[in-house]
Amino acid sequence: MAPQLAITLVFFYWPAGQALYQSMLRQDPFGLRTKFVWFANFRKVLADPAYLNSIKVTVVFSLATAIVAMGVALLLAVMAEKAMRGKGLYRTLLIWPYAVAPAIAGMLWLFLFNPSIGSLAYLLRSLGIAWDPLLNGTHAMILLVSAAAWKQISYNFLFFVAGLQAVPKTLIEAAAMDGAGETKRFWTIVFPLLAPTTFFLLVVNTVYALFDTFGIVHAVTGGGPGKTTETLVYKVYNDGFVNLILGDSAAQSVILMVIVIALTAIQFRYVERKVHYG
Amino acid sequence: MKFFGFAAGVAATLTLLSTTSAFAVTQISWWHAMTGANAEVVDKISKDFNASQSDYELVPVFKGTYPETLNAGIAAFRAGQAPDILQVFDVGTGVMMAAEGAIKPVADVMTGAGMTFDKSQYLPGIVGYYSKPDGTMLSFPYNSSSPILYYNKDIFQKAGLDVDNPPKTWNEVWEAAKKIKASGAASCGYTSTWLTWIHLENFAAWNDVSWATQQNGLAGGDVELKINAPIFVNHFQALADLAKDGTFKYGGRTSEAKQIFLAGECGIFTESSGGLGDIVKSGMNYGIGQLPYDTDAKGAPQNTTPGGASLWVFGNKSDEQYKGVAAFFAYLSKTDVQEYLHQKSGYLPVTLAAYEATKKSGFYDKNPGRETPILQMTGKAPTDNSKGVRLPNLPQVRDIQNEELEKMLAGQQTAQQALDNAVTRGNAAIKEALEN
Repeated sequence: MAPQLAITLVFFYWPAGQALYQSMLRQDPFGLRTKFVWFANFRKVLADPAYLNSIKVTVVFSLATAIVAMGVALLLAVMAEKAMRGKGLYRTLLIWPYAVAPAIAGMLWLFLFNPSIGSLAYLLRSLGIAWDPLLNGTHAMILLVSAAAWKQISYNFLFFVAGLQAVPKTLIEAAAMDGAGETKRFWTIVFPLLAPTTFFLLVVNTVYALFDTFGIVHAVTGGGPGKTTETLVYKVYNDGFVNLILGDSAAQSVILMVIVIALTAIQFRYVERKVHYG
Repeated sequence: MKFFGFAAGVAATLTLLSTTSAFAVTQISWWHAMTGANAEVVDKISKDFNASQSDYELVPVFKGTYPETLNAGIAAFRAGQAPDILQVFDVGTGVMMAAEGAIKPVADVMTGAGMTFDKSQYLPGIVGYYSKPDGTMLSFPYNSSSPILYYNKDIFQKAGLDVDNPPKTWNEVWEAAKKIKASGAASCGYTSTWLTWIHLENFAAWNDVSWATQQNGLAGGDVELKINAPIFVNHFQALADLAKDGTFKYGGRTSEAKQIFLAGECGIFTESSGGLGDIVKSGMNYGIGQLPYDTDAKGAPQNTTPGGASLWVFGNKSDEQYKGVAAFFAYLSKTDVQEYLHQKSGYLPVTLAAYEATKKSGFYDKNPGRETPILQMTGKAPTDNSKGVRLPNLPQVRDIQNEELEKMLAGQQTAQQALDNAVTRGNAAIKEALEN
């Protein structure tokens, strides 16, 4: 058996199978009393208003994160292309945040915007904004999106820079000679040609926001205030490891697994064909 | 890092195996969640115990925060690798109690080793909390704390408040907080850690009102929350009203508010007696008072309930191991060990003898306020409302309460709505947990 197959079996199929089995059990935390309940946990989870709320939170969070991370990255990439001197330094500095662990990124933003000790929170308050992410759900979400997007900007930046370099200079020059201004050239030539990159990044960013941001949520808001920032992944953790309701938690992770499979299928079917890595 | 941990684990296991076979010393594993000064106490006690006899070797292992330690214990049990002793925080008590097949009551451990567990030697409030309804002692109280009031004397002075008389009732706290804010002595009057523990669970006990049916869950069975009674509603409405203009400042669900108090933003603060260390370290000119009570309550002040953690013994271990655990608990109950633990860590002494000895040594004269949590907990014999609270899913119920209270403090609902929702949602969660 090929070693990679063994690794896949041990690290993917086995735990996935366990999750699937656990999702049909109702069990006390210690595993002393177990009852096989078929799909009761799924029915319960899907009927739970807290879970539906969590879906809504996740959609808002993922879209906001993807849009902010991609928008800012595109702007920076376009600027980087224009830079005459220090292009290399500029790029290196922009790629740096990608190396920061999610929890650390979360802590950084938490410190900056902590209502008591944060320097940026102080600035906001002196501008007359009643900044309070501890009680205001919108503020908490803004903080979370900022931290998550900030970390992803580097990655997007890299791809956009590569994408921009692939746009034929001749096309842009021709348009310029026809009298098209800079903005017009960007929206009618550069942006459409970047579409495959943009679509690819949209999928990658959504997956990132969905599954890779646990550390940030855990460090920054812990799902609060109320349940305003409890994403699907965070709810799996909270229900399973804090509230010790293993069946519900397993059912939720199986649902997440289905979402991942669907997203991966979309990516292979529509994105892989159109993106040129060459 | 992970690899290092793994390698260290393998090395430790090998050492463990080799020492066991070489010296025939029984290893007793103790998973705990103590950090900082409290971790030093754990290490010192373990070392001293190991030096005091040659049959057993106690091996303390740090497992992270309280919830992480509980989870590690549960996961280890499921994998058949449970430690001998697990430190579980107060909130996890119900979880452990529901797992009858997984644990061995401390009373049985002691009698099995030919020792007796004399409950009369321990602080009654603490013993009651860690016992079954029939009185069987289930876990060994290791570190117990109680919520008290701290205040910043400099801010009190500036606001023209009496520096030597901290507010005794909640109404006095609200008045003092308003005065602090209005006089500009500080930007906020009052803040608190752990709203669920201090303002619901201890509020109920201290004012001798019911938190839930069935003796707050201690008697087991169908438990229903009672926290939407008028006395709670009035209390939280007052808090919500003060939150509107920032007279009360919310810090977070656990002990985050301590930072606000330490930064000098608020003049009055309620927090665990175990939080004293950081306040002393900050060099603040602070004072300590009893937890405030509600003047509408007839029996107030009654007594506060223990927070902190206790030591649980897992089942299915060898007799030899249980003997070792019993020997350790007997050692831990010694007066000088308890005295050391109390004075060094700030937690309460769990035996009466250690309390008396500390009193005699003049420790409380030198450290006024350190006796306050003990007096609060032992001042009156506990009633059905004040022995503590227990649910099979208290962490989850506290989460629900926190969520509703946060919505209330954000002005999205009234205290009545918040507490009604907390009761409805909490009762549904309890019912479901009991079905499992």
